[in-house]
Amino acid sequence: MDYTPNTDAQLYEMLKAIGVSSFEALIEMVPEPIRQPTLNVPSGLAEAQVIELGEDLAAKNRSLKHVTSFLGAGAYQHLVPTVVDALSARGEWLTPYTPYQAEASQGTLQAIYEFQTMICELLQMDVANASLYDGASSVAEAAVLAFRATERPRILVSEAVHPHARQVLATYLSGTSAMIQEIPTVNGVTDMEALGKALRDDVACVIMQQPNVFGCLEPMAHASELTHRPGALFVASVYPISLGVLQPPGAYGADIAVAEGRCLGSPVAYGGPGLGLFTTTSALLRRIPGRLAGCTVDQAGRRGYTLTLQTREQHIRRERATSNICTNEGWLALRATIFLSLLGPTGLREMAMLSLEKAHYANERLREIPGISAAFDQPFFNEFTLRYSETVDIAKVHRALAKAGFVGGFPLAHWYPTLPHTTLWCVTEVISQDAIDGLIDTLKRMV
Amino acid sequence: MGIPLIFERSVAGRRGYFLPPSDVPRRDPADVVPQEQLRSTPPPLPEVAEFDVIRHYTKLSQLNFSVDTHFYPLGSCTMKYNPKLNERIAALPGFAWLHPFQPTEHVQGMLALLYELEQLLCAITGMSAFTLQPSAGAQGELTGLKIIAAYHRRKRRTRSTILIPDSAHGTNPASAALSGFSVVQVKSGPDGLIDLKELKQKLTDDVAALMLTNPNTLGLFERQIQEISAMLHAHDALVYMDGANMNALLGIARPGDMGVDLLQLNLHKTFSTPHGGGGPGAGPVGVTKALEDFLPVPRVRKSGKRFVWVERTRGTIGRVHGFYGNVGVLVRAYTYIRTLGREGLVRAGQTAIINANYLKAKLQPTFPVPFNQFCMHEFVVTLKALKAYGVSAGDVAKRLLDYGFYAPTVYFPLIVEEAFMIEPTETESKETLDEFVHALIRIAEEAKSDPELVRRAPKRMVVDRLDEVKAAREPNLRWTTTNKLGAVPKPVGG
Repeated sequence: MDYTPNTDAQLYEMLKAIGVSSFEALIEMVPEPIRQPTLNVPSGLAEAQVIELGEDLAAKNRSLKHVTSFLGAGAYQHLVPTVVDALSARGEWLTPYTPYQAEASQGTLQAIYEFQTMICELLQMDVANASLYDGASSVAEAAVLAFRATERPRILVSEAVHPHARQVLATYLSGTSAMIQEIPTVNGVTDMEALGKALRDDVACVIMQQPNVFGCLEPMAHASELTHRPGALFVASVYPISLGVLQPPGAYGADIAVAEGRCLGSPVAYGGPGLGLFTTTSALLRRIPGRLAGCTVDQAGRRGYTLTLQTREQHIRRERATSNICTNEGWLALRATIFLSLLGPTGLREMAMLSLEKAHYANERLREIPGISAAFDQPFFNEFTLRYSETVDIAKVHRALAKAGFVGGFPLAHWYPTLPHTTLWCVTEVISQDAIDGLIDTLKRMV
Repeated sequence: MGIPLIFERSVAGRRGYFLPPSDVPRRDPADVVPQEQLRSTPPPLPEVAEFDVIRHYTKLSQLNFSVDTHFYPLGSCTMKYNPKLNERIAALPGFAWLHPFQPTEHVQGMLALLYELEQLLCAITGMSAFTLQPSAGAQGELTGLKIIAAYHRRKRRTRSTILIPDSAHGTNPASAALSGFSVVQVKSGPDGLIDLKELKQKLTDDVAALMLTNPNTLGLFERQIQEISAMLHAHDALVYMDGANMNALLGIARPGDMGVDLLQLNLHKTFSTPHGGGGPGAGPVGVTKALEDFLPVPRVRKSGKRFVWVERTRGTIGRVHGFYGNVGVLVRAYTYIRTLGREGLVRAGQTAIINANYLKAKLQPTFPVPFNQFCMHEFVVTLKALKAYGVSAGDVAKRLLDYGFYAPTVYFPLIVEEAFMIEPTETESKETLDEFVHALIRIAEEAKSDPELVRRAPKRMVVDRLDEVKAAREPNLRWTTTNKLGAVPKPVGG
C-alpha cells in the first residue's frame, strides 16, 4: 500500500497539463544507464500485515514492562504520565517542522519558550536553547563552545563522565587543534588534586558529571572554583530528575550545564531519541548552539513568539555558524514541557525522593549479601557501584538473574578494565520494594 | 486569541500528577547526601492541574499549522504525510521500553529490525553499508566529513578543502567547518547545475571531497554526476552526497550507481517520520565498501542466526551519538519502507515528481522559474517581479498563511533572488495543488491591486506580523517573575 491520493487517471491528466505524454519524459536528465534500477526491496504490505510484522518483532524483545531492570548507566526509566502521550500524539504537535513561519507556528514557539524557561529553572541557569540531539552531543557542543570562546586548546574531562559522552566529544573535536585530557578518579570521584595540577591558563574548560558515571556525587562546587581560577569554563553534565533534590548547576557556578533529558517524559526507547539539554550564562548567550525562541510583539503590540538570534545559525552564517545543528529534538522537548508542567515542583521532588529512597534501600539490602560490597565510599543519588568478591562469576549470576526476570547492574569492566567485578545499579520510582526483595532472595541463592 | 503562559496559570498547591506512595523506609535526604549538595529551594515550575495542562497544550497546538492540518510545501523538507501506523508500531512496549544495555538475547527483534533497515537502505541507495547512529541530517554530514578525513589520514596525507556548490544547504559548510575543513564555494553554471569548468579550476590536490546535493536545491538533477564523480576520483577525492532530497530518487536512480562515495539520508523527510516541530530526525550514513571500515561504532552484525553489537572496528571514526542513535525514528522508517515496499516506493518517487512538475507548470505563467527545465521533487520560482509593487517573497509567504497554506521555503537557495522553494510531495492530491495555485495567483493579483494588504499579512493568524528585530535586539528567551531579560508583555485576552 502507499499514501498517494492521486489516481492513475489524475496523474495522466497532470502529465498532459505539464505537456508530456509519459513520466519518463520528466526524468530525461537522469542518465539512461543509471535510470530506474531494480529495487531489491520486498513487496508492500497492508496495514494488518504490517501490524503483525511489527508485533512479531517486538515480541522477540523482553521489554522493561516484562522484566525488572536495574540498569541505568545514562538511560533512566521513569514514569511517563498518560497525558504526555495523549497530548504529544496530536498531529498539530507531531507533524509541523521547525517554526520558520512564526505567525502560523505560535503553538510550537510558545511551547519552546515555556520549555526554555522550565529548563533554566530546573538547572538554575540563565539561558536554555530549544534542545540538541542528546546528552552526549551536548557535552561535545559545550566543549566546542568553550574552545571557540576562550581560544584555548585544552579540554579537561573527568574519566567519570559517561564514556559515550567522552567518545562523542573525541569524535567531534578530531581534526581541530583542541586537545582532550582525561582527569583520573580516586575512590569513585574525580581526583581534585590531579585536576588542580592540570588546570593552567591554556585550559578552555573542565567537564564533569553529577552524579558521575559510577553514581557518586562529585564535589562540584570545589571543582568549579578550581576551574575558574585560571579563567576556564566549568561544564556540568547533570541528571534532570536528580535536580528535584540535588543542588542545580547554577548554584555551583557552572558556565555551561547540559543533560540528557529523555527521562523527562519520554520512554527509554533503546537509548534514542534522546533530548539534549543545553544551558549557559547570559555572558555566553550569543555563542549558544541551536535554535532559540524569543518573546516579542506583533504590529498591534500583542505578545508573540519567534525564532531569534538566528545570525548564530548555519542557514545564515554557514561555515561561521556556532554549530551545524538544524533539526533538533523538538517533539521530546514538548514532551518534557508537558511532563514538567504536570509534575510541578512537588511532583518532581517526590519522583526524585522515591528514586533516592528506593536506591538506598536496595543498596543496603544488596550489601547484606556476603560477597557483595560497596565499591566506593561516597554519597549517591539513585545509582551506585557494587563490588562482587573475586570468586563470583558475574556473567553467570546475571544469566541466572535474567531467568528469574531481573536485569542486574551494568558490568563496569566493559568500560573500565581497571574495575573488574564491579556493577552499576540503578533504582527509580518504577521499581517496587517487592521487586527489590525478590532480587535479593534470588541473589542470595546464587552468590 | 492569545494564550497565557503555563506559568501564568499556576496556583500554589495545585497538582497535575500523583506519584505512588513510597513502599520503602522514608529518609531525610540530609542523612545520605551532604547538606551543601542538596537543592535549597525547589525549581519554580508551574503548579497546575491535569485538566489545566490538557486545555493549555490542546489550545496551544491549535495555533500551529502542521502536515496533518495544512498543505506544508516547505522546500527541501519533504513534508509528506506521516502515517499513524508508524506511530503505532514505534509505541509497542517491545520497542519503546527497551534499555540500551539489556543483554542482546533480550533484544533480538530490535536488532533484527535495525539490521534489516540497513540492508533496505543499501538496496534503495546502492551503497554497501550504513550506520544508523546519526540523529539528523546535519549530524550525518558531520559523520560523513569525519569519514572523509579518516580516509585521507589512512592514505597518510593532508587534505583540508571541501568543495561546496553555492546552492547548498547551510548545514554543509557549517558541518565542514566543525570538522576542521576549509570550505571553497563552487559557483553554479547558467543552467543551475555544477559548472564543470569551475569545478575543474577549484579541484586542487588539497581537495578532500565535494559535497553536493542531488537533486540540488533548485530541484534539478545533476545530469553530469557521473563525470563529476570521475573528476573527483581522478584526484582521489571523494564525492559526498547530501541525501536530503532523496525522495526524488526513490526508484528513479541510486546514488551508489552515480559514483557517490558516501551520503546521508534524512529519514524524517524521505521515509515519512514526523518532523515533531523540529525533530527528532535520523540521518543514517551510507558508504561504499572502501569506506565501510570507518563507520561509527557500535555496528549491528549477524553472527550465525543471532544479532550482536560489534563495539570496535579498526578504522572507525568513533561514536557520534549516545547508545545507538534515534532508534524510535528508525522503527518508524522501517515500518514505512515495509508498508510501501518496492512498488510503493517507486510510486512515491514518481508521484512526487509529477506533483512538482504539475505545480510548476501551473505557476510558471505567473511566477518565473529561473532555471527552467523539468524538475524533480521540487522547484524554485522567483518573485522579484512583485518588487515593483513593494511586495517581497516574505510578504507573499505571510499572505499564504491567510489563505490556509503554510509557506514554501523563502529566500533559499541564495542564488535565486526573492526565491520560493516549493515541494508538494507525493501525498498531496491534485485538488490541493489546484487550490494552492489559485491562492498564489490571487496573491499575485493582490500584490498589484492592494500591495498594502500583502505587506501587512498575515491578518487571520493569532498574531499579526511579529517584530523580529525587537526579538533579536532585546532577547527575551524565558519567562521570569523578576523580568531579568526584559519586560514581560501583557497577555492577550485570557
